[in-house]
Amino acid sequence: MTLIVEGLTIDHGAIRAISNVSFKVPQGQLAAIIGSNGAGKTTLLRTLSGLKKATSGSATWDGHSILDKRTEDLARSGIVHVSDGKSVIAELTVKDNLALPGIWRKDKKDVASATTEVIEMFPILGQRLSQSAGSLSGGERQMLAIGRALIARPKLLLLDEPSLGLAPLIVEQIFQTIKLLVTKMDLTVVLVEQNAMGALKIANEGIVLNLGSVVAVDSANKLLSDPALRAAYLGF
Amino acid sequence: MSKVVTAKKRLFAFILLGWVLLIFSDRVGELTQYRGAFVATYALAIASIILLTGYSGQLSLGHSALMAVGAYAGALTINNLKLHPVVGLIAAALVAGVFGLVFGYAAARLSGPYLAGTTLALAVSLPTIANQFPILGGEQGLLFDVGAPPTRLGEEFSQYQWFFWISCLSALIMIWLLVNLLNSRYGREFRALRDNPIAAQLAGINTGLQKAMAFGLSAGIAGLSGGLLVMLISGVSPSAFPLSLSFLLLAGAVITGVYGLGGVMIGGVILVAIPEIAESIAIALGGSEGFTISLPDFMVGSLVILTVLFTPYGIGGQLHKLKHHKH
Amino acid sequence: MNQFITAVLTSLSSGAIYALMSISLVLVWRSTRVINFAQAAQAVLTTYIGYEVITRSGSFWLGLIVAVIAGGIIGAGIDILFMREIFKRASTGPIAMIAPVVATTALLGVIYSLIGFIWGISYKTIEAPVSTNGLSIFGSVVAFSPFNLLVLITVTISMVVLTILFQKTNIGLALRASAHAPEISKLSGIKVDAVRTLGWAIAGGAGSLAGMLYIPGSYLYPNSMAVLLVFGFIAAVIGGLDSLFGAVAGAMVLGFAINFSASYVSYKLVFPTAFVILILVLLIKPNGIFSSGKGRRD
Repeated sequence: MTLIVEGLTIDHGAIRAISNVSFKVPQGQLAAIIGSNGAGKTTLLRTLSGLKKATSGSATWDGHSILDKRTEDLARSGIVHVSDGKSVIAELTVKDNLALPGIWRKDKKDVASATTEVIEMFPILGQRLSQSAGSLSGGERQMLAIGRALIARPKLLLLDEPSLGLAPLIVEQIFQTIKLLVTKMDLTVVLVEQNAMGALKIANEGIVLNLGSVVAVDSANKLLSDPALRAAYLGF
Repeated sequence: MSKVVTAKKRLFAFILLGWVLLIFSDRVGELTQYRGAFVATYALAIASIILLTGYSGQLSLGHSALMAVGAYAGALTINNLKLHPVVGLIAAALVAGVFGLVFGYAAARLSGPYLAGTTLALAVSLPTIANQFPILGGEQGLLFDVGAPPTRLGEEFSQYQWFFWISCLSALIMIWLLVNLLNSRYGREFRALRDNPIAAQLAGINTGLQKAMAFGLSAGIAGLSGGLLVMLISGVSPSAFPLSLSFLLLAGAVITGVYGLGGVMIGGVILVAIPEIAESIAIALGGSEGFTISLPDFMVGSLVILTVLFTPYGIGGQLHKLKHHKH
Repeated sequence: MNQFITAVLTSLSSGAIYALMSISLVLVWRSTRVINFAQAAQAVLTTYIGYEVITRSGSFWLGLIVAVIAGGIIGAGIDILFMREIFKRASTGPIAMIAPVVATTALLGVIYSLIGFIWGISYKTIEAPVSTNGLSIFGSVVAFSPFNLLVLITVTISMVVLTILFQKTNIGLALRASAHAPEISKLSGIKVDAVRTLGWAIAGGAGSLAGMLYIPGSYLYPNSMAVLLVFGFIAAVIGGLDSLFGAVAGAMVLGFAINFSASYVSYKLVFPTAFVILILVLLIKPNGIFSSGKGRRD
């Protein structure tokens, strides 16, 4: 199962947010999409998860087109998008937030064991089960959002800037967890990040976006270690 | 084209329209004159809704109450203060306007449905107050008599033509004033309120005061139309201003096109014509009493739904588009 | 003392009926962000259907059940066939703000007129299944009948059922999640459109129940539930449109205010009282008593 994006173009009204973007993410790999603000990274993810319509181009997962599917259907078939920052329902409890995938998942036993796994991975959530999600700190919310996504047993995980607004120590924690998920659960992950260094350190592949176009695609190590590439595209 | 020239053109257009209407009234029968007066009255009422909802973005279901305030104020001025009917109409507009200003200020913090709910409550409760105070005449209401037409207009000049003149003149003057206002800085500020209240606040516009002013202005216009309405039926009573009138005006405003004053006359014509058309249809089809009475509501409701679905900018909006497509 | 007890009891039973109407308005508001003015018309329509069933079968309860089910079906139908169209067509530009609410208002008129076409405008009656005469408490007659008691019990049971549904079931969780954050719910795999339609269905059923419990005390004609709509809406606004609990609380506050003012001051001041209560609440809390002040988050 591979994610293949080809010639994807997305417009926001009169503005071309994404222009002719192509890349591949094989199964079990972590691809980091990096670029500065306004590069179109979030728009790209929202289109892959069905929240926004593409203007032209294609995107397939496991050979099936995903651009014409509804968001909830994509989520049910294993493509889960954790959107930025506000991705938990603040008015519901932590327990209720985690219970959302259980509404539609048929294998209730697996839902229960997935929930247990998630609480093991993020013990803080277990302590705060009956609290409202709105009362959690930024890092805890991110853990809740990722935890909720995992209970849906995703095959392709789309993560939008999980480090945004979080303290460096927490960011480190989150990135390590993501790396662990990829190796342990054979997940395919597309990680969109402004924190280029942190993302590339855990990624297999790096895709650099600037103003909606792909300016570099290479293995993450190469992007990190080649000074010319780093200076040109990563700014450090 | 400079602004002054546009304003002059506008004034000329209104004067021309007024002249045409005057000539028109000479050539038609009394029933048409009477209906024409209603058209002008409804057009004015619709204009008040367009100002409030289309321009400043506030939804009111209480305009029937505002019309009632104006109507009663006018009646009291004529009957109790013994002043000239024209003063009565002016009083109708002023009193309703002040009432609307105060109400609008109190309600400035309320958003969409909360404002709608408050105006709804106003619409159902205000008429019942008339029963509480004897000076307001209770259920039978008060007389509203503008008197006979001046004798120098000749013997041929009927009471209905007099109604027609008064209502058309009032409507023309008010709407002309309104159009000028909406094309000025105030109009832009109102639209800012509607489209992006936060940005408006940041730009230094006192949104609470603006909302109140829009409400007051709208109320004043509604009050005047209320005065005109009871002039036409020669008396004001609580039953002249039911809640359904508010809904009817809103429907008229949507069909007309709630974002521009262009089609208010058409809206007025539609509101007056529908009961007549409905009656003809009902007679032709030979329906039952239930059918006959319910048909006007059915037609109005269907028209509104069709408008929202297919021409959301209303008839006025469509005409506006056609005019601009030509360029 | 008698007057006080009577006032309390009638407040409870009228508050209960308003609560059903305000719940149905809040349900639709939370799931669709629209004030469904047509709710009263739906309630009247299903009450006429109930009337037909009662006339043919002689059973009030059968009529009630059929009316509630019809209410659910009609509510869902309006969402699927009507509201989705409205939102599709009028979702951009300034009209987006008022188009849905204007559409429900127009639908109100259309349904009313259809009722007039089919059943005519003459008054009909529905007999209550139990006595509507005042009960005798401690030897004196109170203006609270067995039927009022039945209403109170029915509404209380409905509230309990709805609360269990919303708080303890998966469907309830889906309803709550979709109302608070539709986008996050979609991303979590919830079929938000279907859930919203379910919200309309439940609202329709609640409205129908309100209608069937309201009419036996008075007459049935096309415009017979205008008062119920007005008070239900005011109650919902008082309670804060974002909470079902607020809807019930607002209805009770309104019920008490109206009945006490009618009993102790004058029965002619019912509407002005409602208005005053509404203004007082909104002056202090512009979003209703139980509003959290948080906007909807997507």
